[in-house]
Amino acid sequence: MPAVSKGDGMRGLAVFISDIRNCKSKEAEIKRINKELANIRSKFKGDKALDGYSKKKYVCKLLFIFLLGHDIDFGHMEAVNLLSSNKYTEKQIGYLFISVLVNSNSDLISLINNAIKNDLSSRNPTFMNLALHCIANVGSREMAEAFAAEVPRILVAGDTMDSVKQSAALCLLRLNRTSPDLVLMGEWTARVVHLLNDQHLGVVTAATSLITTLAQKSPEDFKTSVSLAVARLSRIVSSASTDLQDYTYYFVAAPWLSVKLLRLLQCYPPPEDGAIRGRLTECLETILNKAQEPPKSKKVQHSNAKNAVLFEAISLIIHHDSEPTLLVRACNQLGQFLQHRETNLRYLALESMCTLASSEFSHEAVKTHIETVINALKSERDVSVRQRAVDLLYAMCDRSNAKQIVAEMLSYLETADYSIREEIVLKVAILAEKYAVDYTWYVDTILNLIRFAGDYVSDEVWYRVIQIVINRDEVQGYAAKTVFEALQAPACHENLVKVGGYILGEFGNLIAGDSRSSPLVQFDLLHSKFHLCSVPTRALLLSAYIKFINLFPEVKGTIQEVLRSDSQLRNADVELQQRAVEYLRLSSIASTDILATVLEEMPPFPERESSILAKLKRKKGPGNLHPDLDENRKERSANGGTADHSSTTSNAKVAASPTPSTDLLGLGSTITTQNSAPPASKGTSLLVDVFSENIAAFPVETPVAVGCLPLAPFPSRFVCKNNGVLYENQLLQIGLKSEFRQNLGRMYVFFGNKTSTQSCYGWPFTVPYCAFFLTVSLQLNVHAKPADPTVDGGAQLQQILNIECMSDFVDAPVLNIQFRYGGTLQNVAVKLPITLNKFFQPTEMTSQDFFQRWKQLGAPQQEVQKIFKAKHSMDTEVTKAKIMGFGAALLDGVDPNPSNFVGAGVIHTKTTQVGCLLRLEPNTHAQMYRLTLRTSRDTVSQRLCDLLSEQF
Amino acid sequence: MQFMLLFSRQGKLRLQKWYVPLSDKERKKISRDLVQTILARKPKMCSFLEWRDLKIVYKRYASLYFCCAVEDQDNELITLEIIHRYVELLDKYFGSVCELDIIFNFEKAYFILDEFLLGGEAQETSKKNVLKAIEQADLLQEVYEMV
Repeated sequence: MPAVSKGDGMRGLAVFISDIRNCKSKEAEIKRINKELANIRSKFKGDKALDGYSKKKYVCKLLFIFLLGHDIDFGHMEAVNLLSSNKYTEKQIGYLFISVLVNSNSDLISLINNAIKNDLSSRNPTFMNLALHCIANVGSREMAEAFAAEVPRILVAGDTMDSVKQSAALCLLRLNRTSPDLVLMGEWTARVVHLLNDQHLGVVTAATSLITTLAQKSPEDFKTSVSLAVARLSRIVSSASTDLQDYTYYFVAAPWLSVKLLRLLQCYPPPEDGAIRGRLTECLETILNKAQEPPKSKKVQHSNAKNAVLFEAISLIIHHDSEPTLLVRACNQLGQFLQHRETNLRYLALESMCTLASSEFSHEAVKTHIETVINALKSERDVSVRQRAVDLLYAMCDRSNAKQIVAEMLSYLETADYSIREEIVLKVAILAEKYAVDYTWYVDTILNLIRFAGDYVSDEVWYRVIQIVINRDEVQGYAAKTVFEALQAPACHENLVKVGGYILGEFGNLIAGDSRSSPLVQFDLLHSKFHLCSVPTRALLLSAYIKFINLFPEVKGTIQEVLRSDSQLRNADVELQQRAVEYLRLSSIASTDILATVLEEMPPFPERESSILAKLKRKKGPGNLHPDLDENRKERSANGGTADHSSTTSNAKVAASPTPSTDLLGLGSTITTQNSAPPASKGTSLLVDVFSENIAAFPVETPVAVGCLPLAPFPSRFVCKNNGVLYENQLLQIGLKSEFRQNLGRMYVFFGNKTSTQSCYGWPFTVPYCAFFLTVSLQLNVHAKPADPTVDGGAQLQQILNIECMSDFVDAPVLNIQFRYGGTLQNVAVKLPITLNKFFQPTEMTSQDFFQRWKQLGAPQQEVQKIFKAKHSMDTEVTKAKIMGFGAALLDGVDPNPSNFVGAGVIHTKTTQVGCLLRLEPNTHAQMYRLTLRTSRDTVSQRLCDLLSEQF
Repeated sequence: MQFMLLFSRQGKLRLQKWYVPLSDKERKKISRDLVQTILARKPKMCSFLEWRDLKIVYKRYASLYFCCAVEDQDNELITLEIIHRYVELLDKYFGSVCELDIIFNFEKAYFILDEFLLGGEAQETSKKNVLKAIEQADLLQEVYEMV
């Protein structure tokens, strides 16, 4: 039986826990729990009123059962009752239960909020703390709504106890994280900043975290915190280790507070004030100096705390990136850690150096550690440390050391942990391309990648090597020779067969002069791999064979024989069968000239950003990438451009397209289309047609633009309209229907998959997520209801967005859509047409009222006027419709000049309502308009004027 | 900090504190995955690892693993010392703490944690002050019970 039970012993609870521990099996445990649940249920339902102690005990048991991983669906009410107990422990257990188990949509929330309200106003610090802890733990929106205004008051009130201030500060931090829109800045803001000066270090510790979160949200409001934070930090750093009493941790003065202050300073650029800046530099130097001092204790806690501050200081130095001396000192310090006996320090040094490598001041200093890092890659026993070493090598790589780094990464790949192989492959591929001076090295590197880690070489990587070979004449012969040699290996990876098939199909002629690699030898070599390969690779090889027929007429007979064999012509796979039939037919009917045209060498690929780089970015997030890596990218996605539309199998396309630029190997498409069943009749009829006269009658298919599309603005007609097609390309159509009322709106977004004919080729068109970059998150809440992420070809998907306007805004939210098409990820970003005028409510008024209000809004900042040239014909009816579509009431007979238009309305936001008056004066003679907006808020006047003036 | 988990060498969860809103299902999945990952690591390995988009900081004390998930820009070493300070607090309160203390007095373990960390941030780092708050609460209860 158990150990100490301090404070309030609950014997019944202890017995129950013992019972559970003694259960021999899972079944026995469940049985015991069910028995207990039945018992508690009957107690709660019983006629006899339970005393506080029993209630507490049972609630505590329920909590224990829940924490064991079982569902609890009752007891909430009893827990809420405990909140209003005047016995502290009962209250405490009640709060604990609520914190752990309550879900925000519970109907008990108003009861809970009530209890919290009572405790907050009780002036009993212990009760207040319990209530604040509960708000911080639950942090739900309902609680934020109820207490976001109250908590700041408690925080800055003069008579609040220190411990309550601490809880209030972090409670507010939590509310700000979960519902930033509800935590509004106010006059308390300045007083919070001054908590950095508080005498109580615990208060400063809690407040610093709060200020850091708030400063990230609105840096301007908290700018004054910089000087205070520097002053505080300086006092801590220069204090003797005993000065701070209990805040000294293993001889390190206030390490948590120091780290937090250094974090806060990372929200801002280096201080402009010379004195403050000097003081900060002094602090940072002192911290770096201390790292060189002998340790004051052998305990690991001492060195951890000291180094925690040191690493945070280095982060700040890197963040400022302005003091070369400090940066180089930081780098040297990290260099020492690279060989430290503590694994943790080596890990962190590698991680931190990664960011140092991207600073121009320290890049060279980082490079001096290359041997140590390579050694780490070879000798570290922990894979997570080796992973950091790979990251650092990647970050420190430049032209001077690329060959060494790539070689080391390649040799590491052979023994690398499976979990990080794919990432290393991507990194090697990127570095090899980026720093390739001679492309033979590049080709060798990629072939080695396939050799050492073929399974981890994604399609992007091998597409890429093919693009580069096709685009660079000087490397084609070498590539053909190298793949030929690589294919000699008895067991080679399927990816190598793909690359080999493609390259020999295009450039096999360049090595055919050597009898050791004569056309027949090349063909036999490729065909010896055929039966070991998957369907997409076989399809690719078949295309290589037809290319061979064009390149080497002497092997035509051999190849035709292969194509004619039952295993090809009657292959169970439709794709293979069709290729065999059509290639055989093509090779027997077409004249040499036609064959040469159809099967001509691939033209260079247009140059685009590397899809490998994009893939790595997706894997790692942009943070870990070398910042200048994007420059000089000469690449495109193999799967994009011309290759992407080769849907109806390559042969149908051969027929359909008179241009010689057809990618016969159907790169990309064959990979994703193994289940495809092209309509054979279409294929054959086209094939027949191609040999008739009017070849040129066939339209050239336009390549589908893929990759990352630039951010599309919404058409300006959406300002006055709520429905329509927002965006359209060859793949996707986005339609909208929306409605707005007061400060709320609902938008139905329809995603239409236009690739109806191609969906049967198994190209799933998915919208895995719709992410909203809320550029205006404070002003506008946009909430998307989750929707099914897959849209079949020709089908449409609807997603509902709920919109709430918090205050007036300019920027529209961005809708980001990602989906997979033909193996590559597509990105579309469009601005949603949510503009301020959508929250207009029209207001009717008389002429007298209008002009009275017009005069009231006469202050210069309230009026915004614009004179502009008409872009459309000046039709009165159209203008009226536009003003009404804009949302204002059109007031007839108000303006003494009948050709003028006046309108009135109210913009509704959650925080305020802004009355707006507008007047539009057309001058048909000059084809000009004058538009005047008067509202009680300058930003609203400006925005509405900008929006409306674009309409005429 | 996004969450803190305490679990035994057998993989039994002893304490869980979540500072971000997650559904019960997600919490269970995360706990399961992480417990598995960490138990599979060897003793001399580094205390930090990347996991999804979070950084995991963990340390083993006797039969218990303490594990925190922090965000990318958070400081690993100071998190390691948060764990240590929490262990010290438990140790001082229970008098040489063991896993059983935490099992049988789980509510106390939560109360101590709330005094030390709130909203995922250090609220009070002084050992004396945290224990004073807890002892005051214990005292308060005794007083009430006498009344």
